[in-house]
Amino acid sequence: MEKTIIIQRYNPEQDQAPSAKRYQVPFDHSTSVLDALLYIQQQLDPTLAFRWSCRMAICGSCGVMVNKIPKLGCKTFLRDYPAELTISALDHFPIEKDLISDMAVFLDHLQAVKPYLINDSQNTEPHRQTPAQLKKYQKFSSCINCGLCYAACPQFGLNPEFLGPAAIVTAQRYNLDSRDQGKAQRMPQLNGKNGVWACTFVGFCADVCPKQLDPAAAVNQGKVASATDMLISIFKP
Amino acid sequence: MQIITTDIIVVGGGGAGLRAAIAAAETRPDARISLLSKVYPMRSHTVAAEGGAAAVTLAEDSLDAHFQDTVAGSDWLADQLVVEHFVKAAYQELVQLEHWGCPWSRKADGSIQVRRFGGMKTERTWFAADKTGFHILHTLFQTSMKYPAIRRLDEFFVLDLLVSEQQVLGVLALQLNSGELFQILAPKVILATGGAGRLFHYNTNGGIVTGDGMALAYRHGVALRDMEFVQYHPTGLPGSGILITEAARGEGGILLNKDGYRYLQDYGLGPETPLGQPQNKYMELGPRDKLSQAFWQQQQAGLTADYQGHAVVYLDLRHLGVQKLAERLPFICELSRSYVNIDPVQQPIPIRPAVHYTMGGILTELQGETSISGLYAVGECASVGLHGANRLGSNSLTELLVFGKAAGEHAAQSLPPMPRSQSTAATEQAQTQQRRLASLFGGKQQQSIASLRKAMTLAMEQGCGIYRDEQGMQQCRTTLVSLQQQLAGLKVSDHSKVFNAELIQYLELSFGLEVALTLCESALARKESRGAHQRLDPGLTQRNDQDFLQHTLAYRAADGRVALRYQPVRITCLPPAARVYGAAAKQGA
Repeated sequence: MEKTIIIQRYNPEQDQAPSAKRYQVPFDHSTSVLDALLYIQQQLDPTLAFRWSCRMAICGSCGVMVNKIPKLGCKTFLRDYPAELTISALDHFPIEKDLISDMAVFLDHLQAVKPYLINDSQNTEPHRQTPAQLKKYQKFSSCINCGLCYAACPQFGLNPEFLGPAAIVTAQRYNLDSRDQGKAQRMPQLNGKNGVWACTFVGFCADVCPKQLDPAAAVNQGKVASATDMLISIFKP
Repeated sequence: MQIITTDIIVVGGGGAGLRAAIAAAETRPDARISLLSKVYPMRSHTVAAEGGAAAVTLAEDSLDAHFQDTVAGSDWLADQLVVEHFVKAAYQELVQLEHWGCPWSRKADGSIQVRRFGGMKTERTWFAADKTGFHILHTLFQTSMKYPAIRRLDEFFVLDLLVSEQQVLGVLALQLNSGELFQILAPKVILATGGAGRLFHYNTNGGIVTGDGMALAYRHGVALRDMEFVQYHPTGLPGSGILITEAARGEGGILLNKDGYRYLQDYGLGPETPLGQPQNKYMELGPRDKLSQAFWQQQQAGLTADYQGHAVVYLDLRHLGVQKLAERLPFICELSRSYVNIDPVQQPIPIRPAVHYTMGGILTELQGETSISGLYAVGECASVGLHGANRLGSNSLTELLVFGKAAGEHAAQSLPPMPRSQSTAATEQAQTQQRRLASLFGGKQQQSIASLRKAMTLAMEQGCGIYRDEQGMQQCRTTLVSLQQQLAGLKVSDHSKVFNAELIQYLELSFGLEVALTLCESALARKESRGAHQRLDPGLTQRNDQDFLQHTLAYRAADGRVALRYQPVRITCLPPAARVYGAAAKQGA
């Protein structure tokens, strides 16, 4: 059994714009999109460029568009698609080559929200944190930084300065952590014009998240926090 | 060729590299620390570790007990001074990670929860559900963003170390998105490049785990120690080798053969423990080498089942119940559903051993120092002496932290006052490498890099697998040497500069073959069975302390061949004894 994989190829050293190339790939019930890309690279065309590593949906390397929907290649299976499928680099990021996107802007946004515990405790023992307190932020700590939500986000597509779903999720992850005291330092970013208010709650980010994190909910929790923050600042002398 | 001058270079952005970089930045906030990685740091393979990190935590536990478990687990090949240091430093490192925000799993009162792990006497494994490595990596990566001293050079592939007169001068690296060469100069270089699991066909490792750093050091005359010891994890998914954590057994999962029989009781690990009452060091909580060997025995006896052409046994988690599985092993459930279409709540998971970890690596001292001044190695690429012939699960995540920190601090504390901004020796070496790189390109040929790589991984699986014999290893060596010759004659047909995957695969395979040969030669010369190195040859099936209570050191001879030497094992307080588990251990105690 074979399927046709159509890949948007782009080599910046030769091409003005991406163009489609077709490949025939054998498949069985367990063949993932990543397996198909590896088959093409190993058997048909060694010049095909894409990122991958863990093949178990935890390293976040292999995000691509499959039929225009952002997917992890290793967790998307050919069996679920008709005879032809189209693969291209993630939307909204600059393409470096073939299926490789430049993720630098995402990492800058991640860094901008101060994604670390801010706490001046000098204790040499662990903090106490109950399972209920852990649960408050646990889900948001599971972001694998794959970037699928950025490829899904129309606002990020229009304005790459928008912090975007995963960075806001991570800011919320630390804001909601009972050990953290850094919320006040993160709020200016979240409140700024490229923070939570730039989100128009399309919700596509939540649909594509391979870890079902619901970034949209994090963004909107961020809005509530942000609004509370503003109210307090109005009434403060 | 661009030249960058910096103070400390860390090669590798996984747990060990990030911990080293942070330690260096805390020790010398004024230093320039360049963190190079061939992938974005959060893609590093630390991300895939599932089970947890060990440190003595409970009141009834002791440093002595952790020490003894580790030394016995190593089949007495661990460096006991290193183990002493490690068990002492372990707890504070896990607390440090807690202070940086790692979402460790908790007890109802908010204190740290610990779980059972194979070969450990007591519960002492800290965990973050079943994604411990993921959380450790992201906590370290995000924390590293706090330090302005750390400058990332993402997607830089190191081609060579720059070394003159046994002093490291820096590295030569290829920027993947431009194809440009960079001479990066620093008086300190810390290798944290991970293991070499991808030398084998069936493995739990990510595609990036190709042994690069080991080969880099080896080519400059540094010894690779104890390379023959390769850990097969007993529970990988058939075909892909995707890891199903040992924590699944720590929580009470059981292993069954095709007849539904708990076969481990036949291999010195019994008696059978009651369902739902796992007991440390019995049955499914025996060490990894013994469990993988038991699988092989079952396969020989025709007692394994078939899953799509792969011999398998079953990991049964059904009795844990849906709630415990969701709370403690959510990722395992997700993996099992996605990759073998099995819901562990309803059905046992088909599993088989897969290569997981390289116990051996670059020979280092306690602070990660190597025989080249200024060059350090930490984590899986290193052999500091913690694991000996068999690593205990959950010791390696802690190792990244303890020894990553030690190397980072040591490098930062010993920085020379005035680093040099250029070096003729470095430039000459870099230019030689540049010419060599240029000579690799050519036309398309019949052979492909992918086919040579596959031949290597199959040869290793065949010759250097769970059980080994003289003839199989010799065959493996012949194949490896032939593959090296074939690779030398092969050209890279893709001439592009930007993200040239074929070129990187060529270089990785060239590193890998070099490391594979040290592994095979070290294994051939170890004429005994110890830990993960088990021989079938008559007379060699037992441990032989008389002749082999020694570390193997593999050096690169001038003609490119592997030259072996031996180093006595440092024994401080636990003399070699029989290594027993299950009821036999109780009798001995």
